[in-house]
Amino acid sequence: MLSVRGLESGYGRARVLFGVSLDVEPGQLVCVMGRNGVGKTTLLNTIMGVIPATAGTVTFEGRDVTRLKPHERVRLGMGYVPQGHETFPQLSVLGNLLVTLEASPHRDESAIDEALEIFPRLKPLLKRRAGFLSGGQQQQLAIARALVTRPKLLILDEPTEGIQPSIILEIEEAIERLHTSGLAVLLVEQYVDLALRMADRFLILDAGHVVHSGSADELRGEEVHRLLAV
Amino acid sequence: MQAFLNQLPVGLSIAAVLLLIALGLTFTFGQMGVINMAHGEFIMAGAYTAYLLQAVVGTAAVPVALPVAFLVAGAMGWLLERLAIRRFYGRPLDTLLLTWGVSLVLQQLARDLFGAPNVQVVAPGWLSGGLPLFGTQIPYARLFILALAVGCVLAIWAYLARSSQGRRMQAVMQNRRLAAIGGINTGRVDQLTFFIGSGLAGIAGVALTLIGPVGPALGTYYIVDAFLVVVCGGLGRLGGAVLAAFGLGLLSSYAEFWTNASLAKVIVFAVIIAFLQIRPQGLFVLRSRALT
Ligand SMILES: Nc1ncnc2c1ncn2[C@@H]1O[C@H](COP(=O)(O)OP(=O)(O)OP(=O)(O)O)[C@@H](O)[C@H]1O
Ligand SMILES: [Mg+2]
Repeated sequence: MLSVRGLESGYGRARVLFGVSLDVEPGQLVCVMGRNGVGKTTLLNTIMGVIPATAGTVTFEGRDVTRLKPHERVRLGMGYVPQGHETFPQLSVLGNLLVTLEASPHRDESAIDEALEIFPRLKPLLKRRAGFLSGGQQQQLAIARALVTRPKLLILDEPTEGIQPSIILEIEEAIERLHTSGLAVLLVEQYVDLALRMADRFLILDAGHVVHSGSADELRGEEVHRLLAV
Repeated sequence: MQAFLNQLPVGLSIAAVLLLIALGLTFTFGQMGVINMAHGEFIMAGAYTAYLLQAVVGTAAVPVALPVAFLVAGAMGWLLERLAIRRFYGRPLDTLLLTWGVSLVLQQLARDLFGAPNVQVVAPGWLSGGLPLFGTQIPYARLFILALAVGCVLAIWAYLARSSQGRRMQAVMQNRRLAAIGGINTGRVDQLTFFIGSGLAGIAGVALTLIGPVGPALGTYYIVDAFLVVVCGGLGRLGGAVLAAFGLGLLSSYAEFWTNASLAKVIVFAVIIAFLQIRPQGLFVLRSRALT
């Protein structure tokens, strides 16, 4: 459903990605791992069109989206939750959800109830300003905000980073639930344990190259732990 | 005390006009980081719209011109964004020079079209006279301007807080990149913001015809003060703009009344510099855990 071929990009003259290729099949959960600064966020940003690709292609459901704007990719069914549990701080929790819902092609308000079903913790907070939520609540809101657009592929960048352990569990369960309900997921995750529990496939990024990829069973090897060690 | 009361409607109506001008600026500045020097010329365009309509509808020019000037100035702002500013996003200095150039061109255009001397717009009969209050008289024209500003602020507030377009605009203002990856077409939101912001300047221009004559340089008298309101009020903050406009409008009109025009400017600038030392972010700051 998502197919990335020979993707390259960077910032100004600094190249970060060197010919990255990956595939996400329908219903699959693919996990991207790698040490800090190897280009995981850059990869996701390039897949979404936040950063232009200098070479390579991104194909979504058979359609070449490499030159589309981010909002056009969202309308095709790519949902993106960036790193750092970002929200629109001055909007209410409900406002955060409504604003992406209203920009989506379906505009069906029951999508909000569906998202709150996944993150019931947000229900009593709907009227609160998003900027005053805790980090974990903001992360749940950020994922819910992507969900209300009813994506076919959910792209998550380190959803458990800097979040208190009790909420990490909830977020992991939510992702697992979405995955088992058939949603395709592309996940960047630093915790090997978490990745092992959830991923169908994984790939390891180092200095902008894919240095290893395979099924979850292969991830248990020594080699992989060596590649991920700091 | 009497002098104080006499000056009050003057200060309030100047503040109201400043507010109308600053509302547009605070959104284009706050949302797109664009310092639009041509904003003043949209004021002028609004005022000349009333002048032109006068030939058609006579003394009804001012009320008729309000919606027309909103559309005329709004369309000019929209065109400026589409044709020029759009290509310079993220380059504030270039945008500043570009819009300054546009501002000079528009002023010259007005001189060619309407002549250099000032022209007058006659107010409708029902705006002459005034409301007697505490032994002084508050001119209806000044009250009308005040009511106009209050009406516009309420309309903008309702637009931001209640409509889906307004919500989208807030989202883009608070985090443009996040809005784009949430599926919002930020370019289209920018166009609409520019249209509305410039349209408000047009309305301010119509209001100014009630206070004084109309000339090609009309906008230049207000644009600097309007920028000061934006800076003091905090970018993109409705409440901040309201407070700052009234603070600044009243301060400058009283300072001017008790001293003279140039000394008044010095006083106003001194107060603003002192204020910005204490609150460099302006009155209202975007507050959240994420930012602290
Ligand atoms: N806006 C930017 N401008 C310039 N260089 C950047 C920018 N963002 C990231 N980089 C550089 O690009 C490289 C890859 O960064 P990226 O954020 O993609 O890494 P990451 O794998 O997501 O790291 P982390 O695990 O810390 O999130 C790093 O060397 C970083 O310094
Ligand atoms: Mg990252």
